[in-house]
Amino acid sequence: MKVRAQIGMVLNLDKCIGCHTCSITCKNVWTSREGVEYAWFNNVETKPGIGFPKEWENQDKWKGGWQRSADGKLTPRIGGKLRVLANIFANPDLPEIDDYYEPFDFDYQHLHTAGKSEHQPTARPRSLITGQRMEKINWGPNWEEILGTEFAKRRKDKNFDDVVQTEIYGQFEKTFLMYLPRLCEHCLNPACVASCPSGAIYKRDEDGIVLIDQDKCRGWRMCVSGCPYKKIYYNWKSGKSEKCTFCYPRIEAGQPTVCSETCVGRIRYLGVLLYDADRIAEAASVASEKDLYQAQLDIFLDPNSPGVIAAAQAEGIPQAWIEAAQRSPVYKMAVEWQVALPLHPEYRTLPMVWYIPPLSPIQNAAQAGHVGMNGEIPDLKSLRIPLRYLANLLTAGDEKPVEHALERMIAMRAYMRSKHVDGVQDLEVLKQVGLDVVTVEEMYRYMAIANYEDRFVVPTSHRAYAENAYDLKSSCGFSFGNGCGDGDNDVSLFGTKAKGVRQVIPVSIQE
Amino acid sequence: MNYLNTLLFGLYPYLALIICFIASWIRYDREQYTWKASSSQLLEGKQLKIGSRLFHVGIIVVLLGHFVGLLTPVELWHLLGIHAHHKQIIAMTLGGIFGVICFIGLTILLRRRLFNPRIRATSSNMDIAVLLLLYAQLILGLGSIFISAQHTDGEEMLLLMSWAQNIATFDPTQAATAIASVHWIYKLHVFLGMSLFVVFPFSRLVHVFSVPVKYVGRRYQIVRKKAWH
Repeated sequence: MKVRAQIGMVLNLDKCIGCHTCSITCKNVWTSREGVEYAWFNNVETKPGIGFPKEWENQDKWKGGWQRSADGKLTPRIGGKLRVLANIFANPDLPEIDDYYEPFDFDYQHLHTAGKSEHQPTARPRSLITGQRMEKINWGPNWEEILGTEFAKRRKDKNFDDVVQTEIYGQFEKTFLMYLPRLCEHCLNPACVASCPSGAIYKRDEDGIVLIDQDKCRGWRMCVSGCPYKKIYYNWKSGKSEKCTFCYPRIEAGQPTVCSETCVGRIRYLGVLLYDADRIAEAASVASEKDLYQAQLDIFLDPNSPGVIAAAQAEGIPQAWIEAAQRSPVYKMAVEWQVALPLHPEYRTLPMVWYIPPLSPIQNAAQAGHVGMNGEIPDLKSLRIPLRYLANLLTAGDEKPVEHALERMIAMRAYMRSKHVDGVQDLEVLKQVGLDVVTVEEMYRYMAIANYEDRFVVPTSHRAYAENAYDLKSSCGFSFGNGCGDGDNDVSLFGTKAKGVRQVIPVSIQE
Repeated sequence: MNYLNTLLFGLYPYLALIICFIASWIRYDREQYTWKASSSQLLEGKQLKIGSRLFHVGIIVVLLGHFVGLLTPVELWHLLGIHAHHKQIIAMTLGGIFGVICFIGLTILLRRRLFNPRIRATSSNMDIAVLLLLYAQLILGLGSIFISAQHTDGEEMLLLMSWAQNIATFDPTQAATAIASVHWIYKLHVFLGMSLFVVFPFSRLVHVFSVPVKYVGRRYQIVRKKAWH
């Protein structure tokens, strides 16, 4: 057993209101630069829909993730090492800018400078790549917002696979909607790392964050194809790939990521998970895709077990991290209560950003009388299609874990409702889903109240022990590789263009 | 003329190689963030897929051919029983075939670089300059095949080999003398070739040094560790 620690995330989709605050704050911090205007390390999709980039879940098309051969060996779906190298001159599986969208801005200045005219001046769009006028914007980062575009297009959503009579879902009264905020999964078995010819992408031993070494990246762009979540973006300006950093400078300081910190719905949770690194390969290569969720659960270690604690200490994991793992909201939701599920485990990357499935489609159907009752709680099995859809999204098509999670959440609601509204303790509903009073109260505290200190249990990274502080004096903190320079100097010998001028209002410090 | 000949073919090669290596070294050491292949496939893929593949396959064979052909000592060819005449025919045929493949690819790439609005807008001057230089060099190289075809005895080729080998063995005077009498098209080709070495470290060409051969031997997963203690 080799114990390793990872900061994982859980998103409670049941509470996501699709406000995009996470995307915007992430964008402002990380990708408001030339070359990555089109990139959204965090984006929020409306489902059902083909998502961003277009049809990212269709691995027949994009070849992301891992493939298991008959003898149980895993290779990236884009091919083995020789095939990757053979495709280095032109990657056949690379999305192009139009699969994301052509980034644009508007001629706002025209509103100030336009002369007198009969009609109001307008701010027309201009491409941020060519600088040319764009007559029509055909796609954007969130084109399907709240079921935008016609169903005929959205039905290409890969999660509709095995859903019979998908067309029914195009009908207004049967439609359902959910939001899916997405970011890098910081997988235990990352396919991007495996497909990088330069060896520039790596997983950090101490917190599991997957990063791209900007100095070592040579821009072979295989990682963009390798990642099944399409969460690595090629920066056309710098010629390097970039990805979600899990806000590692904040995590190291014990702070939550920007997307988590700013989430107004308080749907995001961060916590430490301990897992057995020796069993990654075994878990990722189980024969049946439907067993992947359970296999991943099985390699998480109980942070309260004395054996695990001793092994973690032997591995050099600090006490603060072990204690954080014991209080981890992610461990509780994913492992103890099993209400959080991984996103597309069938990609075999063992993702570490998990999702609590949304009740809203079921709730809406129940209110409309589409769902029969099973004792105290709505009978989820009578609502085949959303369940099937969620299972395709979260458990490789296995409906049981989704059903289990949803029933527990419904039971929690029913219990708390009868407690607070009717003043009675409805133990029957708890019995039906195998919960006890203590657990359901704790679930309520974490999932409904969701206090800051319960949501974010992030230990500091103890850099003081890891690095010699004296060597770090006068160093430059966070930078895009290249030491303290950004490789973007006006006078570089090596041919980089001068940085685009952005007009920024100078910040004044308010006392 | 003699002075110019010595300068261009006796001294300039050393200058070019020194600039190439020292500047590459500095760039790798101090500006590694700029060390990249600079792919533009994200912005345009259809033409690139054909153009880039043809170009790279062509140029790799042509370049290897140059190194083997120019730097292998004549004695070794004799030992292998290959006469200069035969060697010249082989060089012309291989160089011709892969030169044309490279030419088709490069034409597509150049057209795309100059006329695709997205690629043009995001190209640096050096990106365009490098393509034009390579294009000129390739046309000169292909053009020299026609000159070579007029005398297939291999004599002129031996002079060019003598130049390259004397440069490699630090005998610039001998090298400059050897090349003095060859057709101007070879001289121009050699000069432009040396100039490409000069441009190399300041352009995207540096990615040539970063062919990821290590990938084949490494494990799929990479974990970096800070020492906890």
